Amino acid sequence: MTAQQPTLALDVADLTVAYDEKPVLWDIDVQIPSGLLVAVVGPNGAGKSTLLKTILGLMKPAAGRVHIFGKPYAAQRHLVGYVPQRTSVDWDFPTTVLDVVMMGLYGKLGWIKRPGKKEKELATQSLQKVGMEQFAHRQISQLSGGQQQRVFLARALVQDAALYFMDEPFAGVDATTEKAIITLLQELRKQGKTVIVVHHDIQTLKEYFDWVLLLNVRKIALGPVHESVTPQNLHKTYGGRAAFLGTMGG
Amino acid sequence: MTPQFEIMMLAAVVAVACSLCGVFLVLRKVSLMSDAISHAILLGIVLAFFVVKDFASPLLIIGAALTGILTVTLTELIIGTGKLKADASMGLVFPALFSLGVILINLFASKIHLDTDAVLLGEIAFAPFHRMTLFGADVGPVGVWLMGAILLADIIFIALFYKELKLATFDAGLAAALGFSPAVIHYLLMALVSITAVGAFDAVGSILVVALMIAPPATAYLLTQKLGRMIAVSACLGILAAVTGYALAHAFDASIAGSMAMMAGFFFLLALLFAPQKGLLSQLLQHRTNKLNFALEMLMVHLLTHEGKDEEAVENTLRNAQQHMEWSIFFAKKVVEASAARELLLKKGKLLLLTPKGRELARQSLVRT
Repeated sequence: MTAQQPTLALDVADLTVAYDEKPVLWDIDVQIPSGLLVAVVGPNGAGKSTLLKTILGLMKPAAGRVHIFGKPYAAQRHLVGYVPQRTSVDWDFPTTVLDVVMMGLYGKLGWIKRPGKKEKELATQSLQKVGMEQFAHRQISQLSGGQQQRVFLARALVQDAALYFMDEPFAGVDATTEKAIITLLQELRKQGKTVIVVHHDIQTLKEYFDWVLLLNVRKIALGPVHESVTPQNLHKTYGGRAAFLGTMGG
Repeated sequence: MTPQFEIMMLAAVVAVACSLCGVFLVLRKVSLMSDAISHAILLGIVLAFFVVKDFASPLLIIGAALTGILTVTLTELIIGTGKLKADASMGLVFPALFSLGVILINLFASKIHLDTDAVLLGEIAFAPFHRMTLFGADVGPVGVWLMGAILLADIIFIALFYKELKLATFDAGLAAALGFSPAVIHYLLMALVSITAVGAFDAVGSILVVALMIAPPATAYLLTQKLGRMIAVSACLGILAAVTGYALAHAFDASIAGSMAMMAGFFFLLALLFAPQKGLLSQLLQHRTNKLNFALEMLMVHLLTHEGKDEEAVENTLRNAQQHMEWSIFFAKKVVEASAARELLLKKGKLLLLTPKGRELARQSLVRT
């Protein structure tokens, strides 16, 4: 094995993930240097969420390995922040906005230890960053979709990670929230953090992201947006539907 | 202590222990797991009895807890095949284990004092007959001590792992990513449910355990907005169900456990109807308010559209608005009265005239959509 560059935030090698022997991800190699804002793009069923979940150890790969800053995920949890799909949780759960944000600190606290004053302060600061501090003591069922997404983002921010994974943070939010979120992500990148986002809108790729990973079970392309988003690659990713997508991407 | 007080105390301890576990079953949407576990543990009790030949042995509790875990494991195995959903898988596993337990009891019924009626319904009224003696002194019924110890275990577990339970219940994905295995937490919780069910089973039987595990938390869910409060309110409702249930049973000379479960259900009904925010009545009132507010906006927009135009005298009247919006005359009058009361319009003969405030509301409504 040759020594990898130490700055590689994410290094996925020969990753294959299967449900009942049907491959969802097939022999994926992904190397992402740190300090980039990266979109993961592909059609439904392309394996975008599966890739994130496998990297985070939520699913077992059939083959391959994942390194985060040079080590397996289990050793690097504290460096990683995760924003699951907004719809993956029950927003009628009896808890407050501040409580949900504090959950981002549970990993640092470890087993049994409870969050205290310091954690409350950090969570409040994080809510201020997403403009939700006035909602701190609201029950989460009273939030709109965009507000829910901001809360999830605040929860990720409070983790103070070096590498963030976000599963469709723009799904079902209004234009204002989308702008606010992307500004925040670009802010994170300026601080030297790496942000990897499952994204759906090819039109905004160039405007929002540095790099893109085009995915459809296999890796189609990975690299700077202007190099990777070609009509040919889009066709490979989206199949027949790429005819009009190609013009949008260009 | 009088026997009556001892029974009531045991009832309260059982109800609180059940409702503490039940909070997490309800929130995790696996309420029926209480049904499955409370039945399946019978097999564990019987098998453990064959080993130790003693009904007072704590090994029976361990045996029961293991069958509880077995129930969960088998259920998840069936779900894992992808052929059946959770409800059907559960429905296959626990009757199989339960019936095996029933058959074993029947086969050895002559030697064991454990009849199927007591299994299904329990008999809390007999609890004071089984005394516990410590250094020769009578310290109360065995059941109270046993259930007290189980309640203590519940409280310690939930207090220690409160944060982990909350996270794994709300967002299992994040819990796993942060290194708190949701599977470990799930099985620990199910072990706790099993142990609680064994203790409660002796007092109230396997069917009413379900009522006591689900009804108080479901009631508390309607009344609270924070997990800590939901747990506290569940526990209080458990005690309330025990005390009022006992009084009801005493008054009508009916089954104590049955009366407790009935009171727990009755409190749920009250909450369902009258809970401040999630109750049906409050939602009905809220719906009415929303409907009226929306009607007000529609009227303002309608008036604004025709204001100052030739047709104003025809269009901007109560009669026309009522026909235009297909309101009943009664509702149209109500809308106009409410608008006038809020100074959104003025009545000039039949003509409805917008006030500056009404015009403002109309404009806002148009922009918002």
